[in-house]
Amino acid sequence: MRIDLEARGRPSVLMIWLSPVIAIVITLFVGGIMFSFMGLEPLNALYVYFVQPLTNAYQLQELVVKATPLILIGVGLSVCFLSNNWNIGAEGQFVMGGIAGSWVALTFHGMEGFWILPLMMIAGALGGLLWALLPAFFKARFNANEILTSLMLTYVALQILDYLVRGPLRDPDGFNFPESKLFSPSATMPLLTDGGRMHLGAVFAVISAIAIAILLWRTIKGFEVKVSGEAPRAARFAGFSEKGMVYFSLLLSGALAGLAGISEVAGPIGQLLPVISPGYGFTAIIVAFLGRLNPIGVIFAGLLLALTYIGGENAQILLQVPGDATGVFQGILLFFILACDTLIKYRVKITGFGGKPVAEGES
Amino acid sequence: MDTFTAIFLTVVSASTPLLIAALGELVVEKSGVLNLGVEGMMIIGAACGFAAAITFDSLIMGFIGGMVGGAILSYFFAVLVLNFATNQVATGLALTMLGLGVSGLIGEPFAGVTIQSSPMEFLSFVGEIPVIGPILLGMDPIAYIGFALLIGVAWFLNSSRAGLILRAVGDSPTSAHTLGYDVLRVRLYAILFGGACAGLAGAYLSIIYTPFWAREMTAGRGWIALALVVFASWLPFRLLVGAYLFGAVTILQFHAQGAQIAIPQQFMASMPYLATVAVLVIISASRNRAKANTPASLGRVFVPDR
Repeated sequence: MRIDLEARGRPSVLMIWLSPVIAIVITLFVGGIMFSFMGLEPLNALYVYFVQPLTNAYQLQELVVKATPLILIGVGLSVCFLSNNWNIGAEGQFVMGGIAGSWVALTFHGMEGFWILPLMMIAGALGGLLWALLPAFFKARFNANEILTSLMLTYVALQILDYLVRGPLRDPDGFNFPESKLFSPSATMPLLTDGGRMHLGAVFAVISAIAIAILLWRTIKGFEVKVSGEAPRAARFAGFSEKGMVYFSLLLSGALAGLAGISEVAGPIGQLLPVISPGYGFTAIIVAFLGRLNPIGVIFAGLLLALTYIGGENAQILLQVPGDATGVFQGILLFFILACDTLIKYRVKITGFGGKPVAEGES
Repeated sequence: MDTFTAIFLTVVSASTPLLIAALGELVVEKSGVLNLGVEGMMIIGAACGFAAAITFDSLIMGFIGGMVGGAILSYFFAVLVLNFATNQVATGLALTMLGLGVSGLIGEPFAGVTIQSSPMEFLSFVGEIPVIGPILLGMDPIAYIGFALLIGVAWFLNSSRAGLILRAVGDSPTSAHTLGYDVLRVRLYAILFGGACAGLAGAYLSIIYTPFWAREMTAGRGWIALALVVFASWLPFRLLVGAYLFGAVTILQFHAQGAQIAIPQQFMASMPYLATVAVLVIISASRNRAKANTPASLGRVFVPDR
């Protein structure tokens, strides 16, 4: 069997819409096979994973809580990936944002004031931005690969968090547990509803998605982002600064990741802990791709990936499925998203052993 | 065994997995493919290798299991980037995520188990190697396999016909295709080789280095191996220097912790990552040096027309 690709004259409009759907369906199918290998009833397991969380109000709110950081980071990464800058260190920027914002919260601990929370948000965004400034500077000035530097800095950020929570920022009255003081009410994200954990961060996520959508579709800067990624030579002829775009895209995504970090710490967590993210910064990469690097698409993709987290927790409790199954789901999903995106630009021909075409993709 | 020998041997065992994984990636990149999934293939190798070593009660089976695991995972990558012409960067990232997840599932039943054996078990065939000093005797066979692999890869790339074809495919796939070489097949073999190497490196970590299974135990070593290839400007023998440099940094960190130096332990743990960033910046700053050996079509999609 061999697979041949035949370039389409122009991208298939049908496939632009259909390919994420196909990817999700195949992922569910493969996931079902995985569950049956684990000795579970596949349909039941998939139900627990993907449907049950949608059937009760508390979990629907949790879905938004988990989607909030994913969307915030995902829209920033979309701008990066569109401009061909590969920021893989959003997890580190998220952590640094959480640290910077927490520092403000703990500095003014016990005080009240409407200004504390906005100050925390600004500090959080700055923390993420500064952490992204390093790979941006290294790329623009020294031509160092931003994939590797941003990722390495993530490991460093995790160590810094660990140091601070066990050292300078540890709660003196906390019986030596590695955690900071609980944030005072003025330093905690306001909740959007009673009896849930959905917080103001969700509003930030939607606003930033809309703002980035306007940036990409209605401004010259957005045009510059897309040209830089798709046709770097043309961008150079148009006089767009290559280095300027490195800084713009990385700092923007860093700031959004930092904002996500402090929103998470000041929201559902409420204090600084040694671990403040189950890998949101990495999952957001999948969110960006599933959302077609389109900020509005990212909102839906963020909700879907949030579902894998909640479904994973449910399955862990109800079916004793190991937590890593969620990671497998997310990895498989990104795999199939990438494979299905090929259908947009190419016709896929699967040829049998005799060399005769046996199946032809959608044209 | 004096202290120097003991420390040197720990440096060797910290460097060996980096060297092996980086050698595999070097061959992949020379064929024009950028596989960022080294971390994922390495952790799969660690999980499969450990599982195989325990299940078959044989270290050899463990290493084979690691290689097979890494190669199987890399095959998925190959199908996507070669047959479906997907973005190599994104696909490599997907591979890492998938590898981390799947390795957790494979390794879970083996958590808390330790492998009883020490490198001494290999003495049966280390003994046949002429003993130059305690260092040579103390090194485990995989360290030797690493050196052999280094020489083999260097010879393959520089002096063999197949190596010439591989480099041609990496520099100008269109020309190689026109001359009648099957570009995708050459790249497939290179990717599988890279996967097996990363898998072996991972198996070494879980079977010899730690020796137990823990989630995410590779801790970024796959990414460091990728950085090493850039550091070495795609020259095999420079990988040896890089791998030992990083091995030394890793070990230094442990000794500093042991010596009760008043530096936060987290700072020392960050050293290998900070060193990677520093090295990348320094190497990349002098563009001309690296450029000559960079595969000309690294990371670009090639779709053969028929």
